Amino acid sequence: MNWQAFFAMGGYAFYVWTAYGITFLVLALNVVIPMVQRRQFLRHLAMKQKRQRL
Amino acid sequence: MFLVPGFIERFLHRMASPPHFYAITERLMPWLWGIFSLLLLSGLYSGLFLAPPDYQQGESYRIIFIHVPSAWMSLFIYSVMAMAGAIALVWRIKLAEVVAISSAPVGAGFTFIALVTGSLWGKPMWGTWWVWDARLTSELILLFLYLGVIGLYNAIDDKRSASRAVAILALVGVVNIPIIHYSVEWWSTLHQGPTVTKLDKPSIHVSMLIPLLIMAVAFKFYYLIAMLQRAKTEVLVREQNAQWVKSMTEQELAS
Repeated sequence: MNWQAFFAMGGYAFYVWTAYGITFLVLALNVVIPMVQRRQFLRHLAMKQKRQRL
Repeated sequence: MFLVPGFIERFLHRMASPPHFYAITERLMPWLWGIFSLLLLSGLYSGLFLAPPDYQQGESYRIIFIHVPSAWMSLFIYSVMAMAGAIALVWRIKLAEVVAISSAPVGAGFTFIALVTGSLWGKPMWGTWWVWDARLTSELILLFLYLGVIGLYNAIDDKRSASRAVAILALVGVVNIPIIHYSVEWWSTLHQGPTVTKLDKPSIHVSMLIPLLIMAVAFKFYYLIAMLQRAKTEVLVREQNAQWVKSMTEQELAS
């Protein structure tokens, strides 16, 4: 397997790799964003609880 | 319910209770990730390395392995969202509301991917990034429907009435689904006709069909993962005053 030829995609490198790049960027964001939001929300809830206990 | 076996009914009952849903989802997650990763890697490997170049389109056709599964997912997720919305409207099941709204961003993502990868494939093959034909236009309308669902949900403070409004919007938008599917048959277009769903005689070679189907299943698992991540956050926000959420944050504080 020739890696250079693989990445060149027969002259369509820009189209093929941009398509794959955008796809996996969107897929990653759609999983990471709710996980970050959940962690932030849990931290916010924990802070609220701490305040109530004082 | 109707004629469902007992163990399925018990499972559905347990899933409908938010704390159980949360716990079961956490236990399921590593398995979903594992299956998704395996499918994704084998799909990419067979699609990018094993499948031969297309005799007309050369290597550019390899966009098909993300474009077509994403387009399928955009329709599939919309149908799931509309069905969950209908269930939420009729039976007022909270979890159906959560599934409906948690599906919307994932579906919007896949619709966006289908449009962008289609554009990146259209430029070298058709000579244009975009045409206002029936297939592309109806898929763009699908993106706006998803964004409308997300926007409407965020605009209404009471999440239970927001869910009802969203369900109605999603159900009205269902008319768009068959239009997208049949658009390449009803109207003349640059977009190629169906090559896979002609089950009697698919006009795609098996060396290309297999990676395409693997990617389609991989995306199904991705949908489950992404939707459940949203759903977990959504359930926490909705149940923030419930005891099980409080004891969970207690543990978080202790650790």
